[in-house]
Amino acid sequence: MLVQLLFYGFSAILIAAALGVIVARNPVYSALSLVLAFFTSAALWLLIEAEFLAIVLVLVYVGAVMVLFLFVVMMLDINVEEIKRGVTRYAGLGWFIAFAVIAQMVAVFWFRGFGIDATQGMALLPADHSNTRALGEVLYTQYVYPFELAAMVLLVAIIAAITLTMRKRPGLKPQDVAKQVAVRREDRVRLVKGVGPKTDPAPESDT
Amino acid sequence: MTPTLTLESVLPALPEIYLAIAVCVVLLVDVFAGRAAPRVTPTLTLLVLAAGAALLLAFAQVPSTVELFSGMYVTDPLANLLKLFAMLFVAVALLYSRHYLEARGLLKGEYYVLVLTALLGIFVMISAGSLLTLYIGVELLALSLYALVAFDRDNGVAAESAMKYFVLGAIASGCLLYGMSLVYGLGGSLLFSELAVALQGPASLGLIMGVVFLVVGVAFKFGAVPFHMWVPDVYHGAPSSVTLFVATAPKIASFALAFRLLAGGLEGISESWTQMLAIVAVLSTLVGNVVAIAQTNLKRMLAYSAIGNVGFILLGFVAGTEQGYEAALYYTIAYVIMTLGSFGVILLASRAGFEADELDHFKGLHARDPLLALMMMCLMFSTAGIPPFVGFWAKLQIFEALWTSDHLALVVFAAAVSVIGVFYYLRVVKIMYFDAPGDLPTAERHTGVRLALGLNALAVLVLGLFPQSLLSLCEQVLS
Repeated sequence: MLVQLLFYGFSAILIAAALGVIVARNPVYSALSLVLAFFTSAALWLLIEAEFLAIVLVLVYVGAVMVLFLFVVMMLDINVEEIKRGVTRYAGLGWFIAFAVIAQMVAVFWFRGFGIDATQGMALLPADHSNTRALGEVLYTQYVYPFELAAMVLLVAIIAAITLTMRKRPGLKPQDVAKQVAVRREDRVRLVKGVGPKTDPAPESDT
Repeated sequence: MTPTLTLESVLPALPEIYLAIAVCVVLLVDVFAGRAAPRVTPTLTLLVLAAGAALLLAFAQVPSTVELFSGMYVTDPLANLLKLFAMLFVAVALLYSRHYLEARGLLKGEYYVLVLTALLGIFVMISAGSLLTLYIGVELLALSLYALVAFDRDNGVAAESAMKYFVLGAIASGCLLYGMSLVYGLGGSLLFSELAVALQGPASLGLIMGVVFLVVGVAFKFGAVPFHMWVPDVYHGAPSSVTLFVATAPKIASFALAFRLLAGGLEGISESWTQMLAIVAVLSTLVGNVVAIAQTNLKRMLAYSAIGNVGFILLGFVAGTEQGYEAALYYTIAYVIMTLGSFGVILLASRAGFEADELDHFKGLHARDPLLALMMMCLMFSTAGIPPFVGFWAKLQIFEALWTSDHLALVVFAAAVSVIGVFYYLRVVKIMYFDAPGDLPTAERHTGVRLALGLNALAVLVLGLFPQSLLSLCEQVLS
């Protein structure tokens, strides 16, 4: 009973957050709504005892990806009104189609029965079951082929992103690692005597 | 427990393993040598493809279906044939496009790397044994294609079409995934072999809903009506060399997608998806062939022609019999060969600062360049389905398959629509042969490309004169 309550509660928040992502006027709010959506989906995963996936979702997506995303959104000066202008022209049609599809899906799920008995709920796993261990056992054996292919997808993403965005332009400040390593203290730090506020010797409490 | 992997046991997966390594090698070679010698990567890529074909023929051929990696990977004679053709088509496409890329400052190593990763995606789809691998293959191909369409990044039109492609593609991927999740939930397995056993007889309503989403995804990847809106924009907006690529090898992947997913995994409930595909196919042939008449841009016209032809391929699946799949396979290969040629002509007729993509640009081509006009005429006749070219036999196979599976109305409809289609192909021929040549630049020499194009056009004729050669091959790999 409690699990069901939690499920419906989190699902409601998830749907609201997902709607927030697409309807928010400010892209920062959209990104924050997405963070909320990730959090609630992580909670849903916890409910089906997939704790490893839930934690990874929070760590990777909320902790790393979305923070980066927020940085980018805040740094880019996006004129939201201008982007939205073209969208609102077809928004009515979009909402109409979305509602038509949702209504049909609800009709199937709710009124016509789905073909499986959903009243039983899922069978609970024993208390000593480890989701992480179960994943580890199949990831490099049974699923080694899709796992390696996923790596290729990431490689393509890197190549595509670099191809489309990296360009030679004046004022670019690339890193030269060799130069950074070879730098000496004298190049960077110059000690100047006799300037700055006159203070007593610093108290030697903690370093 | 899965059996231990040894070098011998993974040998049938050699094409994918080899290509994944080759992608990395080409990428590294390009990083170190690409700037000094920009022609190294194109040549290396062609060598990689040739070596890949040789390796496949020597080591990876299988007499019957072989499953690897816990059934996630499936290879059979059909997969071997499709992979060989995919490599051939990609090699020809790259051959046609080098001078075009060079003239526009697009000859960069990344282009070739992205083409190879797209090819890897096609391979993965061809050999997909489960929903998971199939989806990863779809994404691998799609991501590479999005980047390729936007490759000319200072070109606003290309960026716009890439954006449309990306957004619509993401929605289609979402549909595909949602459908897969429903089918997985009701079938209890990711593997096509197990799904085919589990899902039998009249489908439950939930399953039909899953199949609806899968069919939407498949139709989008094919570019079939009503999920075709990206096709004209991408074909028109992308650089012509990319259009050539998007229009050819990925069609093989789409065929594999439909074959593995619908004809393989969902074989037991074929009644539900053949009806949906029939609607999609009928609309595609109709819209593609009728709207193509109104186009003044050749690339756009060929895009609508692609929509129409895809409708014919799907009609082969609608038949739902072995003969139907054979016809669809034959049609796909024949169509890709013809499309390679037609876009090859567009590429050859273009030069730096001039895109030969309007119909008017082909006015009086015969007077300016009789050989090129002759090739284009062969290709247009073939695509229109006029005997003795290969396009005629392809259409005939589809009609025959539909006829024997009692889809009489579809045969009559498809025949009527293809007659409408003949009009706009013949219009290209009329423009080339009977209109006065305007003040247009002549196509450049590029002897090598011309030779390849000539062979391409000749192949269309020879395969049409001896249709049995390719047909028996298709029959062999599917039985």
